[in-house]
Amino acid sequence: MNLLALMPFIVLIPLIASGVVALLPGRTLPWVATLLAALASAVIAALVLPEAIGQGPMSYPFGNWPPPIGIEYRVDAANAFVALLVAGMAAITLLWAPKSVAAEIEGRHGTFYALFLLALAGLLGITLTGDAFNVFVFLEISSLATYALIAYGQDRRALLAAFRYLIMGTVGATFLLIGIAFLYMVTGTLNMADLAERLPELRDNNAVRAALAFIIVGMGLKLALLPLHLWLPNAYAYAPNFVTAFLAGTATKVALYVMLRFVFTVFAPDYSFVVLPLSTVLMVLAVAGMFAGSWVAMFQIHLKRMLAYSSVAQVGYMVLGVSLATLTGLTAAFLHLFNHALIKTALFMAIGCVMYRTGSAKLDDLRGLGREMPWTLTAFALAGLSIIGVPTTAGFISKWYLVLASVEVGAWWLVALIVITSLMAVYYIWRVIEAAWFSPRPQGAVAVQEAPLALLLPTWLVVGLNFYFGLDTRLTVGASTAAAEALLGAGVALP
Amino acid sequence: MSDNGILRIIARFLIPLILLVGLYIQFHGEYSPGGGFQAGVVFAVGWILYVLIWGLERGLKVISLKAMYVLSAAGVLLYAGTGLLGVLLGGKYLEFYPLLESPHAAQQAGIIVVEFGVGLTVATVAMLIFTLFARRRSEWIAALEQDDPEQRP
Repeated sequence: MNLLALMPFIVLIPLIASGVVALLPGRTLPWVATLLAALASAVIAALVLPEAIGQGPMSYPFGNWPPPIGIEYRVDAANAFVALLVAGMAAITLLWAPKSVAAEIEGRHGTFYALFLLALAGLLGITLTGDAFNVFVFLEISSLATYALIAYGQDRRALLAAFRYLIMGTVGATFLLIGIAFLYMVTGTLNMADLAERLPELRDNNAVRAALAFIIVGMGLKLALLPLHLWLPNAYAYAPNFVTAFLAGTATKVALYVMLRFVFTVFAPDYSFVVLPLSTVLMVLAVAGMFAGSWVAMFQIHLKRMLAYSSVAQVGYMVLGVSLATLTGLTAAFLHLFNHALIKTALFMAIGCVMYRTGSAKLDDLRGLGREMPWTLTAFALAGLSIIGVPTTAGFISKWYLVLASVEVGAWWLVALIVITSLMAVYYIWRVIEAAWFSPRPQGAVAVQEAPLALLLPTWLVVGLNFYFGLDTRLTVGASTAAAEALLGAGVALP
Repeated sequence: MSDNGILRIIARFLIPLILLVGLYIQFHGEYSPGGGFQAGVVFAVGWILYVLIWGLERGLKVISLKAMYVLSAAGVLLYAGTGLLGVLLGGKYLEFYPLLESPHAAQQAGIIVVEFGVGLTVATVAMLIFTLFARRRSEWIAALEQDDPEQRP
């Protein structure tokens, strides 16, 4: 079997496995099957990535119906990279999952893991497909599964958070659908490559303009771009820890990818960035997100909410890279997409370890915990260094490229803004470290043990990856550059 | 509501027809309007009408909760398995040509099996959703009847 025949199984394995896992009894069996499915997906994605970078786009027609008519999976460097990230993060967070899920979710786990696999298959499907309508279908698959996963949270507020996400996510998906419907109306095709060929003739069509606007707003919602981010903090804060760790690394990233795919491939960049003031709009929202997200994070007492607001800020960095509309900017966006997934997952895993032992993610309950859970909180501190962007960490690499991209277009003031928001990150990470290591344990607090190895080892694995990708950037920078080139094509002349 | 004669007689008359229409839409889906989704919903409606008249307990004797779970997953697997069969026989995923000799019959057979999977899942999931809500409501009413202020939502 060649690689092309294997490629669609990145999506199909989790999709098929979800049907099997739903029926498995008990707790261990569903987890093992889920882990195997996610690992298989990740391995295939890892095999596909070099092929997609080296050989150019791979196309797989479903049911052997040729592309403009049938549904096609079209994989180039950009989506192979995102698919590897999503499948890889799923496998790594699953290693961490069993203890944490057992503590939080009662009864058998078959249904829970089946939902997780559906969410994973949906995210991977969005990433790999070359059909605009198929994007919407997979978006709904992953979103519906995600709402249910969030509602599994122990806190009753999880239900409200899931409901709020459901409303806002549905609005976002509807906007995407309206945009796709407009495109279909004027071009008569849903295949992305086909759309890209037909749209240049319709530059002055108002429906096409409206379609672009609808798609950007719709994906802005799923992406949690600043004014549309309201669903994110509560959804992340009250979801089960495993779900938060997985979503923080994948869901918003895939939404960003969809936005990029439409802006750069379906509508050519010399259209998107000219017909709408996209560069300005995205830059303003990104900077506002960076500041507002970091600012609010500085005053949160619930650590998961703090990290969630920090995610809003980090989404700002990614969108900032996109708004520059240069090759370096887009490379920085892809780099941060990958690196932030590693950083945020490590941080949420560390907080998950704390919650596993203390049952609380409040800053006050963390006081003096550094001496009782040294490994967990050291992991948090090291991942915190990465989110600040200290050299030798992955976070430094992406911020460095973002600075390079800003300097390249002569926007020195952006460099200053990046540094200021990084300092704000120093503050909110430092608050945790100060509470954990420099405050005394409150009197009468119950003694806590270090988190079990089953949780610690995967956490440290992700922390280790943060440092690995901070030192060896061949994979990340190479793939990000290839991804940016795949989206931008030969390059673009901006006015 | 089974003590109301009009409801009972009309339901008795309607339920077989509804189920029949469901099956009709199912098995004519490949060349006429319809298909697994619509058929599944219509078929489930027949069962839901039965439950509305004779109660959830009797409805669950027709098809148990566990059977719904199993069948809903089985439908997905039937769909996915048919797709996989195309790959195993040397074609693409969801390609039906390798299934049978005649290309026309192969496409028809493939789409019928796939749509049957869809119908099975949609019908059982619709029943499942209805059952879960109906149960919740009966628990809620029981709690109200107990008049326990703590249990009152």
